[in-house]
Amino acid sequence: MSDLLEVSGISKSFDGFKAINNLSFSIAEAELRAIIGPNGAGKTTFMDIVTGKTRPDEGQVRWGELSRSLLRMSEAQIAREGIGRKFQRPTVFEDQSVADNLTMALKAPRGAFSVLFWKAGKASRARVEELAAEVGLAEHLNRKAGELSHGQKQWLEIGMLLAQEPRLLLVDEPAAGMTLAEREQTTTLLKRLAETRAVVVVEHDMEFVRRLNCKVTVLHQGAVLAEGSLDHVSANPDVIEVYLGR
Amino acid sequence: MLIRKYPSVLIFLAVLAVFTLIVTIMSQAYGTGAIPTSTIKLFGKTLCLALAALAMDVVWGYAGILSLGHMAFFALGGYMIGMWLMYARTEEIVTATLANAPIPPTPIEVQEGIAGQIFGVVGSTDLPLAWSFAGSLQIQLLLVLLVPGIFALLFGWLAFRSRVNGVYLSILTQAMTLALALWLFQNDSGFRGNNGLSGLQNIPGLTDLPQSTISIWFLWASALALGVTYVLASWLVSGKFGSVIRAIRDDEARVRFLGYSVEGYKLFIFTLTAMICAIAGALYYPQAGIINPAELAPIASIYLAVWVAIGGRGRLYGAVIGAIFVSLLSSWFTGGKAPDVNLGFYTINWVDWWQVLLGVAFVLVTLFAPRGLSSIIDAVAGLRHPMRRGKDLGPDLGALREKEAEA
Repeated sequence: MSDLLEVSGISKSFDGFKAINNLSFSIAEAELRAIIGPNGAGKTTFMDIVTGKTRPDEGQVRWGELSRSLLRMSEAQIAREGIGRKFQRPTVFEDQSVADNLTMALKAPRGAFSVLFWKAGKASRARVEELAAEVGLAEHLNRKAGELSHGQKQWLEIGMLLAQEPRLLLVDEPAAGMTLAEREQTTTLLKRLAETRAVVVVEHDMEFVRRLNCKVTVLHQGAVLAEGSLDHVSANPDVIEVYLGR
Repeated sequence: MLIRKYPSVLIFLAVLAVFTLIVTIMSQAYGTGAIPTSTIKLFGKTLCLALAALAMDVVWGYAGILSLGHMAFFALGGYMIGMWLMYARTEEIVTATLANAPIPPTPIEVQEGIAGQIFGVVGSTDLPLAWSFAGSLQIQLLLVLLVPGIFALLFGWLAFRSRVNGVYLSILTQAMTLALALWLFQNDSGFRGNNGLSGLQNIPGLTDLPQSTISIWFLWASALALGVTYVLASWLVSGKFGSVIRAIRDDEARVRFLGYSVEGYKLFIFTLTAMICAIAGALYYPQAGIINPAELAPIASIYLAVWVAIGGRGRLYGAVIGAIFVSLLSSWFTGGKAPDVNLGFYTINWVDWWQVLLGVAFVLVTLFAPRGLSSIIDAVAGLRHPMRRGKDLGPDLGALREKEAEA
């Protein structure tokens, strides 16, 4: 099985502070992976580098069958390549309706002119309704996203990610601010998504990671400390020392 | 589809049509003559300013780019059409003068005569390179769009590519405007320095027509341009494109991660609105009769932002209302028609104090009525703005909803 994303030997320092230190990571075509680590371990910087927000000082990020480098691409190009990102804080466009939010995210040409002459058709409306139903917002299509509750906004954002049809999904703390029932729903959804695409979940909450029941990568001081099943890494003395022991 | 989503488009067009009709009926050229020609010109010019404000609302209110340089594009449009007006008009005069000469003049002589007439005031007799096409109306009309368009494209490309945002972008646009004005002020830049271009109200080929007729024609043209642009702008900000530019205004990083090239969209909007401003300017200056580099002063672009803010940004009709209201009020106050207020110890002379009043109004509107004058229309339509102080509107179905936020 070939890797979808391969990150090799990347480093990034901010004013002398090494946020990422010779980190290597790879994920296969259809895989669920959890990344855990204490604060400042470099989780967010890692996601920033993969999505093109931050350029690493050294190292390579390769993508897809052709192993193309992502380092020269802009955020928008990388997103169009098929990498979707969900932020910790739900960022939906509060001033616009749920349907508008989803429509904007639908996989379609992104150029200014094609968007200008884009018209909602039967297919696109059906797709928007389908997505809204999937994330439990079917009755709220015409409401402004700003009116939704925190959990609903999280779901809307997940719906927007699904609309993009990414091949790799980077999810930052999906369970934050969710109720127990919502968490369970999220776990089920993430697992299902990972059947057809690669999903990387960055999470603090060990209980949530246990539910995901997948391979875990532990980051510490910008490098991979351990990798394997949750039980395996929990047994690792280094991990216990830096993360679980405290 | 557009009308159904924005019924205000129909109302706007109807109001504009009725206004134009009434003014025509009361004009000296086509009606009773109740409205003097100077007032007709004022109305026509005001419609052009409203057109510029409309463009400003699209670029600022919808796309969130606070450009303090859009009046520069307005003035550039004016310069481009002014060059033809002045050249062709001078050509008529020079040809008429030389026709009496015993030997018919050569084209070179005619051109030298024109150049001498136009540029004598800045001590030059050569026609600058920039005036090469001034004799052709078609080319100059094309340049009305192309010069500000390409200028905006280049400036926008440099600024947006480097991700200059917010207040830094505003300062940069202002610096651009100032630099352009200072350049035009120079006598040797080929645009008659601080004399500017004058006599623009005389339309070549139409010298026999009285100004009363020409002023009405320009009023029609301005109203038509405003109406067409209003429909175009409504179409632009509705639909998916409007969704994307409003999203860029609210959270541009998120839009990038959706796969949209934020820079491309900003560049598109910036250039398009610059060209709309240029059209407005090309219609404005023949009515004003004169254009000089002072028209490009940064303060003009700041006024444009003030109109949009006072009218209510993020609403197309708000921008138009703001521009019309403030500029008409300003001509009333500065025209000396407003009665002085005698406080006993001091007399408030509105010619001096009007700008203070405008400044205070701007601050008050920003603080207390973010939707500007269009909040009056909201009040009539029964829309309320919830005071949510940045909080979520609430998850419950019974919670206050943001019904008013059409934009």
